[in-house]
Amino acid sequence: MAIEQISSSPPLRLLLVMGLLSTTAWLHAADIEFHGFGEYRYGERLDDQSLEDDRSLNELRVQGDALWYHDLFAAQLKGDLVCDDVAADRDSIDLETGEGFFDLRQANILISPLSWMDLKAGRQVLTWGTGDLVFINDQFPKDWQSFFLGRDVEYLKAPSDALFVSMFPAVANIDVAYIPRFDADRHITGERLSYWNGQAVVGQDAVLVTDRPNDWFEDDEIAVRVYRNTGAFELALYGYHGYWKSPGGLNPATGQWIFPGLAVYGASARGPLGNGIMHAEAGYYDSFDDRDGNNPFINNSEARLLLGYEREIAADLTMGVQYYVERMLDRDEHIAALESMAMPIDTVRDEDRHTVTLRLTYLAMNQNLVLSCFTRYSPNEKDGYVKPTATYKMSDRWQATLGGNIFFGDDEHTFLSQFKDNNNVDGSVRLSF
Amino acid sequence: MSIRTLLLGVFVAGLSVSTGAQELDADAIVEKANRASYYAGKDGSAKVKMALSDGRSREFAILRRNADEGMDQKFYVYFTAPADVRKMAYLVHKHPGGNDDRWLFLPALNLVKRIAPGDKRTSFVGSDFLYEDVSGRSLAEDAHELIETTDTQYVIKNTPKNPDTVEFSSYTVWIDKATFLPRKAEYLDKNGKLYRRVAASKVEDVKGVPTVMESTVEDLASGSKTVNTFTEVDYDIGLKDRLFTERFLRRPPREVTR
Repeated sequence: MAIEQISSSPPLRLLLVMGLLSTTAWLHAADIEFHGFGEYRYGERLDDQSLEDDRSLNELRVQGDALWYHDLFAAQLKGDLVCDDVAADRDSIDLETGEGFFDLRQANILISPLSWMDLKAGRQVLTWGTGDLVFINDQFPKDWQSFFLGRDVEYLKAPSDALFVSMFPAVANIDVAYIPRFDADRHITGERLSYWNGQAVVGQDAVLVTDRPNDWFEDDEIAVRVYRNTGAFELALYGYHGYWKSPGGLNPATGQWIFPGLAVYGASARGPLGNGIMHAEAGYYDSFDDRDGNNPFINNSEARLLLGYEREIAADLTMGVQYYVERMLDRDEHIAALESMAMPIDTVRDEDRHTVTLRLTYLAMNQNLVLSCFTRYSPNEKDGYVKPTATYKMSDRWQATLGGNIFFGDDEHTFLSQFKDNNNVDGSVRLSF
Repeated sequence: MSIRTLLLGVFVAGLSVSTGAQELDADAIVEKANRASYYAGKDGSAKVKMALSDGRSREFAILRRNADEGMDQKFYVYFTAPADVRKMAYLVHKHPGGNDDRWLFLPALNLVKRIAPGDKRTSFVGSDFLYEDVSGRSLAEDAHELIETTDTQYVIKNTPKNPDTVEFSSYTVWIDKATFLPRKAEYLDKNGKLYRRVAASKVEDVKGVPTVMESTVEDLASGSKTVNTFTEVDYDIGLKDRLFTERFLRRPPREVTR
């Protein structure tokens, strides 16, 4: 499918559901593992605002996950049927953005052509790196909209359509991900979450329009990781060539947001320190469409650094702390370029965006109740984000959750504070099968 | 001594014991029992079903490989039920006397998470078994005393050297003379009251190795109980060291998915 817009009439939808059901029956006959869940999730905004719907979530979701392990391969097919009452457009399906009543999460096949090689082709979720909700070298697509709306953390990772090759020679392990057509983040657009557009906080009144690189095998991405263990330490080097995953620039002629070219080079280490686990990760972001930093409409190049530590501080209570900094590498040039065009410079971010994060996780009631709170705060931008979640497993099949997404800050334009009109709480009930 | 566990007691080595008149001291007995419980064969595999008394259950396949030298071991655990942990994989590089290295693979995120060393006397996957039951308690942490020898069993009393780090004041283990398999362990709380009992309720011979096929732990204070049932137990199946790496966390090996 060139672009996965399936126009939808009710008969087609019925056909799709029937197809899925008959597939399910076939899978069962072929002795293939089939599992999934049904979930209802509701969320509401804490603040009245005119930019978005009052409800942040009101959706019923059924996930099916079929797995076929064979001596020669492993195949997986996983997708969600979604009845999303808040979405503006519920009829068409866009498998790229996950919009519509069907979201294809996985459709891949894994083979090992050589004893030292694995190959996975198709739609898959890709992750690497060491951060806790901080991603430097993981340039695989994220679904920030789902995450900030309060869907299960599983949905933070959007799928990639990729060829993933892993090689395991003796000296080091090598992963190569080739994505033949750019997979952008499922980023914030204004449809469900309001955001700062450079001049004001806007929402459904100014839904972000993007011009996304879209050509197969031309607008492609490649990501590489080389890693090995030294004692109990895991060391890795990373490279990426592609695009800023969320809009990183603007085309002044059309007013469309764009995804400028980006290359990332980085490294990470993770291992035991004292009675805990430390991690460190760094990356150089080469915004190569504006390497000199004098195009005011394109993101600067950046250097990013993360240091983290996690340990158990009491029985069943774990604490993780991180320090993270993003440095603009050509801020002076960026400001000079803005001034030369008589554009405002007072909302340009600081050269360094410092961030600290804290996560506390507590297991109670025989681990059937999991309480977790993730907090992120930037001392120089004076803004932050708190995400509390409570998950209660009522039985092996039933689970209920409560959660929230709280943003705060002084200004309207800073990284986290721009979302502060979107504060929300949510709850869900899930039945697994 | 590590025996209260018996979860991995499935991998029991039938250490041949010279039964003659020769008397073993307590340290030698717990050493043999430790090997019988945790180190049988060069490697092993089993499927485990944990039944919790509140009706919940946990099901997983487990692989184990002993280091070629020394007491280090590697474990790979692949969960098949219930739904919230299904397809999760758990990797442990066990270093007796030190902190274990542990990783957890979360399939929905394709994320390999490193797990910080934890209190070893907290629950294993929400059951009445403790992490230390599963991984083995270091022999050096307790003083061992042979308090009774019957026709068939040694009875060993174990007293922690650092009582502040554990919830018990002592525990007593009944060890089979013939197999050196611990058959029962009873824990006394700080007031000397019996509050916890672990038993090897069924033992069978697998490839000549006496093997615990069912073990039970009872929390006498709360009344809760967990029963482990082992099936498809096997030893010396030639598990490769490379299986206990990130590669196979991300793509479970056929040894656990079959």
